[in-house]
Amino acid sequence: MKLQLKGVTKRFGTFTANDQIDLTVQPGEIHALLGENGAGKSTLMNTIYGLHSPNEGEILLDDKRVTFDGPGDAVEAGIGMVHQHFMLIPVFSVTESVMLGYEPTKTAGMIDFAEARHRVQEISARFGFDVDPDAMIEDLPVGAQQRVEIIKALSRDARVLILDEPTAVLTPQETDELISIMRQLKEAGTSIVFITHKLREVRAIADKITVIRRGKIVGEALPESTETELASLMVGREVNLATQKEPATPGEIGFSVEGLTVVSGSGKVVLDNVSLSIARGEILCVAGVDGNGQTELAQAILGLRSAVAGTISLDGTNLRRMSVKERLNAGIGFVPEDRSTDGVIPAFSITENFVLDQYDQQPYSNGVAMRPSVMREAAVNQTSRFDVRLGTVDDPISTLSGGNQQKVVLAREMSRDIRLFLASQPTRGLDVGSIEFVHRTIIEERDKGTPCLIVSTELDEVSNLADRIAVMYRGVVVGIVPGDTNRDVLGLMMAGVPVEEAYTQAEQHHTILGEADEEAQA
Amino acid sequence: MSTQQTSDDARTPGGALKEAESRLHYAVRELSQASWVITLLSVLVALVVGALLILATNPQVQATMGYFFARPGDFFLTSFEVIRDAYSALFRGAVYDWQAATPQRAIRPITETLVNAVPLILAGLGIAIGFRSGMLNIGGQGQIILGATCAAFIGYAFQLPLGAHLLLALVGGALGGAIWGGIAGVLKAKTGANEVIVTIMLNNIALYLIAWLLRQQWFVQTGSNQPISASVDESARLFGILGTGFRLHAGILLAIAATIFVWWLLERSTLGFEMRAIGENPEAARTAGVNVPKATALVLIIGGALCGLGGAAHLLGTEYRLAAGIAGTLGFDAITVALLGRSRPLGTFLAGVLFGGLRAGGVLMQAQTGTPIDIVLVLQSVIVLLIAAPPLVRAIFFLPHPDGSPRVRRRRRLRDQQAAEAASEPAPTQEVSK
Ligand SMILES: Nc1ncnc2c1ncn2[C@@H]1O[C@H](COP(=O)(O)OP(=O)(O)OP(=O)(O)O)[C@@H](O)[C@H]1O
Ligand SMILES: [Mg+2]
Repeated sequence: MKLQLKGVTKRFGTFTANDQIDLTVQPGEIHALLGENGAGKSTLMNTIYGLHSPNEGEILLDDKRVTFDGPGDAVEAGIGMVHQHFMLIPVFSVTESVMLGYEPTKTAGMIDFAEARHRVQEISARFGFDVDPDAMIEDLPVGAQQRVEIIKALSRDARVLILDEPTAVLTPQETDELISIMRQLKEAGTSIVFITHKLREVRAIADKITVIRRGKIVGEALPESTETELASLMVGREVNLATQKEPATPGEIGFSVEGLTVVSGSGKVVLDNVSLSIARGEILCVAGVDGNGQTELAQAILGLRSAVAGTISLDGTNLRRMSVKERLNAGIGFVPEDRSTDGVIPAFSITENFVLDQYDQQPYSNGVAMRPSVMREAAVNQTSRFDVRLGTVDDPISTLSGGNQQKVVLAREMSRDIRLFLASQPTRGLDVGSIEFVHRTIIEERDKGTPCLIVSTELDEVSNLADRIAVMYRGVVVGIVPGDTNRDVLGLMMAGVPVEEAYTQAEQHHTILGEADEEAQA
Repeated sequence: MSTQQTSDDARTPGGALKEAESRLHYAVRELSQASWVITLLSVLVALVVGALLILATNPQVQATMGYFFARPGDFFLTSFEVIRDAYSALFRGAVYDWQAATPQRAIRPITETLVNAVPLILAGLGIAIGFRSGMLNIGGQGQIILGATCAAFIGYAFQLPLGAHLLLALVGGALGGAIWGGIAGVLKAKTGANEVIVTIMLNNIALYLIAWLLRQQWFVQTGSNQPISASVDESARLFGILGTGFRLHAGILLAIAATIFVWWLLERSTLGFEMRAIGENPEAARTAGVNVPKATALVLIIGGALCGLGGAAHLLGTEYRLAAGIAGTLGFDAITVALLGRSRPLGTFLAGVLFGGLRAGGVLMQAQTGTPIDIVLVLQSVIVLLIAAPPLVRAIFFLPHPDGSPRVRRRRRLRDQQAAEAASEPAPTQEVSK
């Protein structure tokens, strides 16, 4: 189906999020939308999907003008969307989530559960998803939740599919899968609008690229453009994709875990005798496919999960019996993996979110009463240092774009004195310019002598930041290798292959993205 | 690389006009979204619904209906007079009685309104704290009963000097409520028990407890078999603040102080920050180091204390003697008051005054015009119903949807997944001035 936008404008109050957007997506075209955090990409997509109604302009499907009263209308017209923040209900099963709003019914209006379940299985099989139709959403890792969203869109025969940063939470392997799914859909004539901040993906799959900046279309590009060209078009200046950094000068051990073992509620060993140590002034990255214990490792260090065995020591003190608050006060700066559930409180203002884990500490409070003016001033200063695109810091944080929310979380954790920087997916959802900035800030933190533990499924990030890399597989540390280790070796280790074997096998391993890399170099 | 820059400057000649238009649009929208506008409109609609009911039940109006086609004028005139009389009686009973003989009598209604409002405000604040923290405290009734019971017992069984006696009785009342709320709070914090169920059960337990106590001679201290307690000593009573002829007592000062305190607690204190945080997103609160079980328990303890204080103020300022029906429907009205006040301290205060006024005015309306006082209940219910459904009010008054689209004639579809998606939509489509 052909999707066409003509002069679409969307304002929030006096702020114009989309300004006279013209866009055409041909049938069977994969159209990538690039733009900085807060450029207005999600807003535009939500408008197409009927969640917002445009102040001006029109939307055409196959040259017919359409207006949507809500997502129900959009779905009926053949539009499917996978949102940047998933809109799944935690206590629903996969099948129930997919059915919601599109319940196949039997004669008496009864929900045909078997039929729905069958459809989930059928789509999973067709596209090679590994999803259990009866699993509860809340028990699934984010990557799997993402797939549920895609199944949901596909189950409704979407002929225009909008994917708003679908790969932000996916591993390289999962991204490869998604890319081949997108190719299959394209063959079948589905038009796809694809939003991402990862330029290599754009180059690997897009037929056409549109760049928006501050609500306006600033240009189009062909997939042949280099990443640097795309990046500078997007941000409006030169961007260093690979962060410059001096070799680390590690001091004495600042942080270590020894024999850490964590058992999940259902009795499964999710962290098995994990030992790591990080020197002051060193960045250790934990790489691995999502769901191999990295989340639990971070949670156990902060105290959100209790460990059955092992020690966690920061500057020589064992943290294991301390509460979360005591650990934060001992100097852990924590960036959670899933900002929308763990990192921010959507209804709270930007200021309140900025002090979320410091609300009872000096200088923001005297322990009993808070000091709103001090809080506000700090929020104003730090959000501008981190280039958060916002109206005022008194707005609810939910009005910020995804990437800008993430920047608020980073600003909060990196603007105070910390003894350990512990971050999961710190640049998830950030644009290239912001990633550059955050990476530089993390390296500055390292150079101040802070041990940094960065959990990332993003190999680019890992190789950009890491002084050493620990690879995890099924709750075990497979091996710890130097920061400049070859990508393919890491990939194999992430699949559980021991270090030596991984080096020997690396030659034969290829990925779609790897190919795109090679093409780019050729 | 092929790049074609599109023009940045898209200013059309009509741009300025459009801008002005959109600003006006924006102002109207801001206004219509402000919750107080919805609240006022809800009150208006409720008055209209009330008027229709008054007409439907009024015998005179029914009589003129009988010959409506012969003389329709009669019907309209009578209807007008009936409604005018009923609502003016309501107003005179609640605010200012211009027909009263003395100026003192004329202003008495508003003071009566405030007398009614005192327990509603205090208990409403207690419930509102729960709402703001994501907890549905249905146990206002039980907490009020406990508060009144403790305050009464301290009030007549203890002999203490003037100030100390009142203070102790109030503190005792707050403590009684706090314990009753705290049971639910600790159960929820420790075992995850649902506070709705626990507080409802505690309401029943409180009812049986007070019935039992009122049959114990050591408790009632009256020497008679009546299930009613002795009267509290002068020294423990909330003193009148307007002199003789008025029932208004110092409880209103307590209510004002409590309103300010709750505002401070929620908006300025670290504890309030924790409470709101667990209400909005307990996962993020836990990650931020908040001790979620402790904060959960404290919410219901403090909420219970405020409800208990409401019960104590009602007893020490108005009733003086404890009877089984001491709480009336206060505990449930308090929930409505908190809802109407949108769980904001000032809103709750004003809602308490409104409900107090409806109650005071309803009495006069029934006495003078024969309009059943139940109309007041209808008014209260309609207001809350409308408050709970802002889209309905918007539809009635053709106000634009907050998203900016005039979705007045929104088609309701079962298949529409919007409800589900809106519920989990990360960015509420809320306008923010830039
Ligand atoms: N409901 C809203 N109220 C006010 N402003 C909003 C609202 N939703 C979005 N905005 C603003 O509109 C702008 C565009 O946001 P949008 O989410 O579309 O950005 P984005 O391009 O998707 O960015 P990201 O890459 O970070 O996801 C932002 O500045 C944001 O603050
Ligand atoms: Mg976005």
